[in-house]
Amino acid sequence: MEILLALLVGVLYTTGIYMVLRRSILKFIIGIIFIGNATNLIVFLASGIVAGEPAFVDGSVQNASQMADPLPQAFVLTSVVISFGLVVFALALKLKFFEITGTDDLDQLKKTDN
Amino acid sequence: MATVALPILFPFLLILVFVVIKSSRAAQIVGVLGSASLLAISLFLFIQVNEQGILTLNVGGWEAPMGITLVVDHLSVIMLIVTSFIVFAISIYAIGFMVGNHKTNKFYIFFFALIMGVNGAFTTGDVFNLYVWFEVILISSFVLIVIGDSKEQLEGGIKYMALNLIGSLLFLAGLGLLYGETGTLNMAHLAQILRTSEHSLLINSSTTLFFIAFGIKAAVFPLFFWLPASYHTPNITVTALFAGLLTKVGVYALMRFFTLFFIQDQVFWLNVLLVVAGFTMVVGGMAASAHYDIRRILSYHIISQIGYMIMGLAIFTPLAIAGAIFFMIHNMVAKTNTFLIAGMINKLKGTFYLKDIGGLIKQSPLLAVLFIIPAFALAGVPPLSGFFAKFILFKAGAESEHYAIVAVAVFTAMLTLYSMVKIWNEAFLKESPTKEFSAKGVLLKIPNKLSFIHFLPSIILGLGTVFLGLFAQSVYQFIAEAANQLIDPEIYINTVLNINMQ
Amino acid sequence: MNSVILQLATPYVRSLLIFFAFVALLRGHNNPGGGFIGGLLAALAIVFSSFAFDRRPVQRKLKIKPGGYVAMGLVFLLLSFSPSLLKSQMLMEGVWVTIPMGILGELNVGSPLLFDIGVFMAVIGVTLMFFFTLTNRK
Repeated sequence: MEILLALLVGVLYTTGIYMVLRRSILKFIIGIIFIGNATNLIVFLASGIVAGEPAFVDGSVQNASQMADPLPQAFVLTSVVISFGLVVFALALKLKFFEITGTDDLDQLKKTDN
Repeated sequence: MATVALPILFPFLLILVFVVIKSSRAAQIVGVLGSASLLAISLFLFIQVNEQGILTLNVGGWEAPMGITLVVDHLSVIMLIVTSFIVFAISIYAIGFMVGNHKTNKFYIFFFALIMGVNGAFTTGDVFNLYVWFEVILISSFVLIVIGDSKEQLEGGIKYMALNLIGSLLFLAGLGLLYGETGTLNMAHLAQILRTSEHSLLINSSTTLFFIAFGIKAAVFPLFFWLPASYHTPNITVTALFAGLLTKVGVYALMRFFTLFFIQDQVFWLNVLLVVAGFTMVVGGMAASAHYDIRRILSYHIISQIGYMIMGLAIFTPLAIAGAIFFMIHNMVAKTNTFLIAGMINKLKGTFYLKDIGGLIKQSPLLAVLFIIPAFALAGVPPLSGFFAKFILFKAGAESEHYAIVAVAVFTAMLTLYSMVKIWNEAFLKESPTKEFSAKGVLLKIPNKLSFIHFLPSIILGLGTVFLGLFAQSVYQFIAEAANQLIDPEIYINTVLNINMQ
Repeated sequence: MNSVILQLATPYVRSLLIFFAFVALLRGHNNPGGGFIGGLLAALAIVFSSFAFDRRPVQRKLKIKPGGYVAMGLVFLLLSFSPSLLKSQMLMEGVWVTIPMGILGELNVGSPLLFDIGVFMAVIGVTLMFFFTLTNRK
């Protein structure tokens, strides 16, 4: 399971980086979403995945070392919420930029460089 | 000890107040009063830290290392004071300069959200909490940078957003690896674990990710490109705020992490930091001397100054760390001040472009004096703050036989002097050009008058710079204490984890 | 979008969503659920009706604007700090009270509920704000 997920992380990062390097702003944002999901999976994977033993749910924990670690879940939940906000902001910014300039091409963003 | 949380809770309260306030005059007054109270809170914390040592607060009653711990030690309290001092000056500045379509109460909401994030980052003792505060800073700075909705701002905003989003994702990945390896994210607990036992390669991957993430925030050499592309686009008030606070939060995090728990392969990492510091200084300084827009010169100049702070961290002796902290506070005050003056020049002349400006020394002698103070401080002229900051750093470098980096730093100091003299010559000494249109074909606006409210924030910050220079001895003593705590974090670890030393 | 089926189904789905939003809110904290999920469900109810009908009338009919929800949420968050301060406990430490309810048994409420309500409102506001901003195009 962990090897599969590790491969998935790799695939997500590859896809994300490919999308980030494209010229369109929208594709850049999609790439960021991919990388964000891959990162969340890393947080899960690095702390060890335990299947079928949710933490603290029924209050009858026999062996705390066997149940899933609730902390990474809290981290991932928080970071999912944060990236939700960031992605929406990025999309709003992109829409506004498109309305004003009529372009979605990152190569046209040269005005502030010199 | 709920006072420890006040630097975070108070801005939160202010945000709620600004949601309700409708009139912009009231918002301005509340902004100034609020930031003055914030300054009072930080000074109160300073007194407490002086009397009782490190203050901690276990939020929610969960003992460290289980819960989130807020820690105010010497370094944190120094940063809190300087932050609220700058914020106080900028909140006055905003009255005179957040005008036209930049005049909005939304500014104050996100202004204080940014302050809340910065204060949170300075006080937290938990890595994940630090991530959350970084995101708070990031989101509020996104909004601040695009207030006004001009084409350039949106473009700068996109560039700023792109690199910083990637930076925070790398931060998160590094955090995940760190948690996986040690099973904790409390900084003191991490320090305890990583100091007592050998750890695997995973820590090195985590260190790399953190280094890049904080490097992006701090704008060090290969990762700084977002800064000059975006800092000159927003309203000058926002730029001054960013210049004073944002990159320094990154430097603070680097300092905290690389002294407290990233001590595996320390020789290698300090060498990396040293090389990065050298390149940051030189590249920033050279780029600054090539430009003619004041905001651009100053933006590149921020980067070059970040190099000095990293240099202090990389030399890693108590004296060098103290020098880095001294340099940081000196730089926060003086750098913000130069941006404030750039805004005033723009108000008088209608442009930031040096070739279209001139004769300011006759037009406004007070402005010339105000510019001299931070410019000389940045260039390192005694008895202003920059001289002592650079002197401590050079002395530390020479004592520990890092001659190459000292040579680079001296060279950069000359570049700094050059770019400051350039602004001085072009803007103040040179005769005013008599053209109606600027070199870029923009109609030069009818000059405005500056009133006392426009000058006041710069006067306050200038006095701060002079104070840092005149009382360098007593300031240095407190900073040396902070540096000793960083080099030898035993007290920090014991206080946070509540270990009795007997 | 102009679909009769969707428009007829919307009132039922909407009430269901709001009902479950409150279930999730009250059940939360120690069990799956909580303010965030509840808030998302409640916001979904409004998003759903603006899909079925038009966005504009729905936005106009909202009694409290999204910004108002966020502000109220923040007030509740701030309120949730106060019980711990009044009892001079650690900041944000949970304060629990048990209210006897006669034959219904007893009710166990605590300051985390205030926190959850705050999150609930803030999430409704923020989600609606996101939705209306992104769909508000000519």
